[in-house]
Amino acid sequence: MDLDPYRKIAVDGLWKNNQALVALLGLCPLLAVSNSVVNSLGLGLATTFALVFSNTIVSLIRNFVSHEVRLPVFVLVIASNVTVIDLLMNAFFHDLHKKLGIFIPLIVTNCAIIGRAEAFASKNTVDKALADGFFIGLGFTLALVALGALREMIGTGTLFGRADLMFGDIAKHWSIEVFHDYGGFLLAILPPGAFIGLGLVIAVKNVIDLRDKP
Amino acid sequence: MKPTLKTMVSAATILGLFSALGMGLVTWVHHSTAARIEENQRQTLLHSLQNLIPSDHYDNDLLADVLEISLSEPGLKPVTVYRARKSGKPVAAVFSTVALDGYSGEISLLVAVKADGSLAGVRVLAHKETPGLGDLIDDNKSLWILAFNGLSLGNPPEKFWKVKRDGGSFDQFTGATVTPRAVVKAVKKTLLFVKANQETVFSNGP
Repeated sequence: MDLDPYRKIAVDGLWKNNQALVALLGLCPLLAVSNSVVNSLGLGLATTFALVFSNTIVSLIRNFVSHEVRLPVFVLVIASNVTVIDLLMNAFFHDLHKKLGIFIPLIVTNCAIIGRAEAFASKNTVDKALADGFFIGLGFTLALVALGALREMIGTGTLFGRADLMFGDIAKHWSIEVFHDYGGFLLAILPPGAFIGLGLVIAVKNVIDLRDKP
Repeated sequence: MKPTLKTMVSAATILGLFSALGMGLVTWVHHSTAARIEENQRQTLLHSLQNLIPSDHYDNDLLADVLEISLSEPGLKPVTVYRARKSGKPVAAVFSTVALDGYSGEISLLVAVKADGSLAGVRVLAHKETPGLGDLIDDNKSLWILAFNGLSLGNPPEKFWKVKRDGGSFDQFTGATVTPRAVVKAVKKTLLFVKANQETVFSNGP
């Protein structure tokens, strides 16, 4: 089996074409939710599930759906997918669902998802579309978690705070106090901190890219 | 390709087919998770009620012994009251009330009043106050809200049920007076209501 196309898909999704850091798609949920690692991880995983399912389904139906109605059909597929994920999260991760609130249904409007459906899944075979959904989602999740860690650390001085919302009671003590007796830095938690933090993360990525250039 | 009646019909059919499929899927998942979601919400509510009234202080079904009160008073929405009884005798009543005058929108509160008119405690269920300033009313963030425990309309006297800046006896936060003011006001209103409607709230149980 030729692995090269998959390697390209992985590198693109995780780094070269990272939807959050390069394409700058899906910023609304990204900026609103990324004030802690746990929130970021929750939204990232939900987005990844949505991407994998929508890419797979779109790729499966790509030959049946005529060109004129493909976009409304993709929107239908994505919307039903996300609604199902929303309901399942409400049923099985109730506390986290309460905290992420409105941002789960808003995954529908995450342009990264319809972007991948149109740009990749509708032109590729199911296996590649599935891999693309997975790696694009993983790249989005990693960017979210990096931003969440940065903001949580600067804003409240902890990491993995409230992990029990996601992993149950065993995670009650996962919270790491990075700085002792830290008063907190409000700006990092508020929306401006999201923009500044995202700017910093993008800058770091660009520095790494420039250094790697021959 | 020129659109013909045939391509139009087939496009419409595909669109209709996917709407039906999507709707069917969502309906099915909704149907099979509805019971679990409702149970989750019950448990969450019961959990926050038991934070205020320990489960060994009552023996009735809190979520079933409910009173709905619609208030004509401005500033308070219709209130749900959960009543706790032991062997039929009223122990306490928990008011699920809303303060409308927070710094950024509504603050949902649980106010638990014991049968003797004193507070068993107050908790914030939901709010949109400023992180780091107004959100200190949350018992996850600071102990401020616990200061209500055991207080009543006589202790402190009614005219001191205000934040310190307004000449009362409750602490405000540095940089945030509006939020604690709204909470104190809502709690005071609840206590006044209980005082005026003692028999309704603490009627003997079924």
